[in-house]
Amino acid sequence: MQELSIRLPEVPDIAPLDTFDADLLSLMYRQMVLIRQFELKVNELFLQGIMPGTIHLSLGQEACVVGACMALEADDVITLTHRGHGQALAKGISADALMAELFGKETGCCRGKGGSLHVGDMSVGALPALAIVGASSPIAAGMAFAFKRRETGQVALNFFGEGTANKGDWHEALNLAAVWKLPVIFLCENNLYGVSTHISEVMAIEYVAERAAAYGMPGSTIYGNDPIIVFQTVMDAAKRARSGAGPTLIECLTYRRGGHKRDDPGAYRPREEVEAWFKTDPIPAFRARLLRDERFSPTALDALDEAAAATIDAAVDFALASDAPALTTALDFVYAD
Amino acid sequence: MLTDRTAPAPSSKRELTIVQALREALREEMRRDQQVFVLGEDIRIGGSFLFTLGLLDEFGPERVLNTPISEAGFVGLAIGAAIQGMRPIIDFQYGDFIFTAFDQIIQQCTKLRYMSGGQVNIPLVFQLPTGASGRGAQHANSVENIFFGIPGLKIVTPATPYDAKGLLKSAVRDNNPVLFCVHKHLYGSKGRQLAKSSISRGHVPDTEYLIPLGKGDIKKPGSDITVVANGQMLHRSLNVAEALESDGLSAEVVDPRCLVPFDTALVIDSVMKTSRIVIVEEGNERGGWGAQLAADIANRAIGYLDAPVRRVASPNVPVPFSPVLERAVIPSESRIRGAILELMDH
Repeated sequence: MQELSIRLPEVPDIAPLDTFDADLLSLMYRQMVLIRQFELKVNELFLQGIMPGTIHLSLGQEACVVGACMALEADDVITLTHRGHGQALAKGISADALMAELFGKETGCCRGKGGSLHVGDMSVGALPALAIVGASSPIAAGMAFAFKRRETGQVALNFFGEGTANKGDWHEALNLAAVWKLPVIFLCENNLYGVSTHISEVMAIEYVAERAAAYGMPGSTIYGNDPIIVFQTVMDAAKRARSGAGPTLIECLTYRRGGHKRDDPGAYRPREEVEAWFKTDPIPAFRARLLRDERFSPTALDALDEAAAATIDAAVDFALASDAPALTTALDFVYAD
Repeated sequence: MLTDRTAPAPSSKRELTIVQALREALREEMRRDQQVFVLGEDIRIGGSFLFTLGLLDEFGPERVLNTPISEAGFVGLAIGAAIQGMRPIIDFQYGDFIFTAFDQIIQQCTKLRYMSGGQVNIPLVFQLPTGASGRGAQHANSVENIFFGIPGLKIVTPATPYDAKGLLKSAVRDNNPVLFCVHKHLYGSKGRQLAKSSISRGHVPDTEYLIPLGKGDIKKPGSDITVVANGQMLHRSLNVAEALESDGLSAEVVDPRCLVPFDTALVIDSVMKTSRIVIVEEGNERGGWGAQLAADIANRAIGYLDAPVRRVASPNVPVPFSPVLERAVIPSESRIRGAILELMDH
């Protein structure tokens, strides 16, 4: 087997936070912690055999999804991936409705019809997740097409993983979006592995964002474990999209803290790479950064941690207490009236 | 600019071809609803079967969009636009090209409403030239059959100008994805072969009308045997039935018009009257819509039958190019006639 050209994290110099509003920073931290605790709880429920289905945890990728979603307006729309719990929470789906969906309950955000792979809530601008790699990119472009045609000022953001950049649908979507100058942001969470396959085995170029040039759109590769960097980059892309200048490709370098899914320990990853990336865990790093700012205290951040834990506990209680869907609902929603 | 020079002057007795009727429906729906737009390859010059000929002049490039050769991309794009409330119509040059967008249709378009718990509607029409027309195996698929078993789609197969117009207008207003499959020999586009029968050109009223999706039509009443056929096979079946009339045999010819939803009740009513049924379709016999209809007849009307259910379809081979071979594979009038006479002797 060929040697992997493993990529170690390069943490950029971090600018001070004092130009950012304290409420914004608190919310960013709270959302990241909420996702982390949600995923840890889901993993625990799975290991206990309580939760049905399959799961793909977003542990380690919280800064990407929170930074990106906080840069959007409430009525902007995202598309989610199979690794979508974090994206869903970041866009504002309630932990209750999300947890209930994972349990297949009637109170779930998709009434139990979707499950972990298809979470979403149109009322907060989260199109229920499409679990087929690459499929969501043209659909995101199409939503952006409608926004542009109606001059609503809205933006669509397409989340995808680096493995998607080898899919035809993705290439067709980037081309269409660039040709028609659609207000869409293609946001790659590059965690270096498509299941077990390292990016260097399946791509002859180093970065996904290099492909932007082929379509005539700007592309950038950024450090994805810092929510502020992601936030600023997505803000710029959203501004560009709203101005009518068209799409942007953003590649966020990040790392999964676990395997591809529940039954995958991720043993194919070289230890040196795992250790280096685990040291860049976005949540302790952001916490440390906040604590260097006098507006934040350990007590205040601990309180946010505890509030997140209470929200997750309540979500589990809500989901377990909710009814299963009535069996007749299996036949509902095939056709619209 | 290209214009539709073949469009007739309005008159109460005017006759149109299917493609003229379709263009008129498209124009009316685009005028009625600003959310309707059409996209596809080379559609500014009319597309492959001239479905969109002349539309650019009236509606402009914003609503008549030329796409790159990216079927998965522009089908996905149309899905996204439909989710946000627009009503796209995709004009495929050949229905056969839809397969490169299979995932977008089967996995995204038809499932998103269901798996989201009803959060989205996807009103989207696919205009698909279907069937064999002398172009070899890759431009000869009976596209409708391949999608027949997929929940969440509606499938329309009009065979006359009147039906084509009324059904397309309903399809555009429907809140679901609709495959609108017209046989390549039925358009009557300039320079293209037109199936010959008494109804391949036909009367289309000046006044607006809609035909609901899922209602079949008895194209020729009869009492001795029921023949169910769609698309080009309807025309062949009608030619056969009209010829048999002079031999004293009265065949009732039923056009389902839509495969999904299917007007099974209309067929059963006919079978209760005639006690015999032949089902004619152009596609491969295995897995065709006729198999489902045969099962439904067996389930619900077997007690009325005086003879076995007979199907006439293509054998399970790709469509060959050589004109003699294509004619041998696609159900002919003599095969349809043979099946009818065999059942009458039963």
